[in-house]
Amino acid sequence: MQNKSTRALYLIPYGAWILLFVIAPIALVVYYSLFDIHGDFTFANYGAFFSSVYLELTLSSFWYAFLITLFSLLIAYPTAYFLTKTRHKQLWLLLIIIPSWINLLLKTYAFIGIFGQYGPINAFFAAIGIGSTQLLFTDFSFIFVSVYIFIPFMILPIFNAIDRLNPALIDASRDLGASPWTTFRRVILPLTMNGVKSGIQVTFIPALSLFMITRLIAGNKVITLGTAIEQQFLVTQNWGMGSTIAVFLILFMFVIMLFTGQKEKGGASIGKTK
Amino acid sequence: MKEIIRAAVAVIAVSALLIYINSQLGKTSGSAGNDTITVYNWGEYLDPELLDRFTEETGIRVIYETFDSNEAMMTKVEQGGTSYDVAMPSEYMIEKMKEEDLLVPLDHSKIPNLKNIDPYFLDLPFDPGNEFSVPYFWGTVGIAFNPDLLEEDFDFTSWEDLWSPELRQQVILVDSAREVMGMGLNSLGYSLNSTDNAELDAASAKLDELTPNVKAIIGDEIVEMMRRNEAAIALTWSGQALDMMYVNESIDFAVPEEGSNLWFDNMIIPKTAANVDGAHQFINFMLDAEVAAQNADWVGYSTPNAAALELMDPEVTGDERFYPDEEIRGRLEVYRNLGPEMTGEYNERFLRFKMGMN
Repeated sequence: MQNKSTRALYLIPYGAWILLFVIAPIALVVYYSLFDIHGDFTFANYGAFFSSVYLELTLSSFWYAFLITLFSLLIAYPTAYFLTKTRHKQLWLLLIIIPSWINLLLKTYAFIGIFGQYGPINAFFAAIGIGSTQLLFTDFSFIFVSVYIFIPFMILPIFNAIDRLNPALIDASRDLGASPWTTFRRVILPLTMNGVKSGIQVTFIPALSLFMITRLIAGNKVITLGTAIEQQFLVTQNWGMGSTIAVFLILFMFVIMLFTGQKEKGGASIGKTK
Repeated sequence: MKEIIRAAVAVIAVSALLIYINSQLGKTSGSAGNDTITVYNWGEYLDPELLDRFTEETGIRVIYETFDSNEAMMTKVEQGGTSYDVAMPSEYMIEKMKEEDLLVPLDHSKIPNLKNIDPYFLDLPFDPGNEFSVPYFWGTVGIAFNPDLLEEDFDFTSWEDLWSPELRQQVILVDSAREVMGMGLNSLGYSLNSTDNAELDAASAKLDELTPNVKAIIGDEIVEMMRRNEAAIALTWSGQALDMMYVNESIDFAVPEEGSNLWFDNMIIPKTAANVDGAHQFINFMLDAEVAAQNADWVGYSTPNAAALELMDPEVTGDERFYPDEEIRGRLEVYRNLGPEMTGEYNERFLRFKMGMN
């Protein structure tokens, strides 16, 4: 009996935390989304979301988030794989993680200089005869910088998943006559899928609502849902509409979590820890 | 478990040490409830030396915070978390704050230096009789350009120049709905306060034609890009243009003849004020001729302080680009508060314009 009550006591901080910092903010966002600019109760904001502007915005956000996730994955998976094969893998991993300790905004500002007309990349282009090219404020620069920022987050879970892979399984696969490609496709990839899924989650979801990079690197030529929320809150001061967009963003994230969620199956503990 | 406890103890110890150091630092700079005021201003909009001087003269310590949009400022004041004593919003925001009852009326007897202000800038429609506000700086919206980077000769006396096919991918716009929509309206000869849907439609269509020429829509980064010859043309505020010119002397600035925006930033005392008397002292201090002249020198925007103008370099105050005479000012319009629906409409159109760029 005593054990039970102390256990309930231990739960209080966690319960309070979740109530205060998870449930209450979401409830507030939903609450605000039900009011128009005059503070009258309405569902009109939800209707407005399905107007052409916001639907287009949602589609374009998804498209860019998809591209960012795809390129991050294409780069991160082989990187993580080869990292596990190196001798000082923890050191190499650390070197890849370190850039993520630097403030995101600082890194973004650095890229303004790197991609500039007189930046090192254009200097290199000029030297090899391509000539100076407009790099900043293009789709390319936006995706490049975003991928650069998200790569550590993608590598980490995949690295953990591959690292925990029992090498005996790969040997067994080879002994039984599977080609390296078949081994990868039928053994390595399925067993590291959970790492890939966590990587996609931590990349795709923040990529949906990126907003400073859209202005600094893409010159607002790429608009995401994050930009729209910022503008509704700070400029238009239409908290209702801003909250409505946020509600949809939460819903989208929920759907993504469902798709990339990890099923609890016996023995599938690989890649579970981040 | 032991390690977790050890780690927790270490974190708490370090935090406690930092809190102690912080409180010690606070003590040495002599913080006390009634001897401080909190000033809430735009970034890069006040010579920091003057804050020290104010403290020296009055013994009042200034806590200085900055905002980057009128709307962000108003949101903070509305929520009332910090007791801001003086803030510097633009004219249309003062109209709005007045409606929402967020302002403390000024006691003119405590601001004798008000006499220094050019009467042209007093008693304006957004605040008759200067009941709530005192002018701080004023300026215009126009086009900053670098002739060295342009192949053709443009003088940008007309907004129409921006639409020239030679300027593909050259124009940077400031990321602000009022300025960009205002440019669209002005270029068609409409008022930049237009609430007529047909006029706004025409302006949106006109702006859509500009997209091939637009290089980017960004914020304060414009200044750095123009300084480093990264961009040739920018729609921007007069003071920002001056900031660019300080570093890059090739840059010129023009206010197109079809009309543009004339704006005023003003000092006000928001309802959040905890030290109203100190706020009055600060406002009076900032209106002092010598202080205002030094501040105008540092900030670069145009000062409404007639007494300060006499102390400043005539080459600056005689520059028509930054101190346009009354005839030119007559062609310019001041923003009116459009109300929440129209503000939303402007922003929605601006958002659609940005989305049309890709």
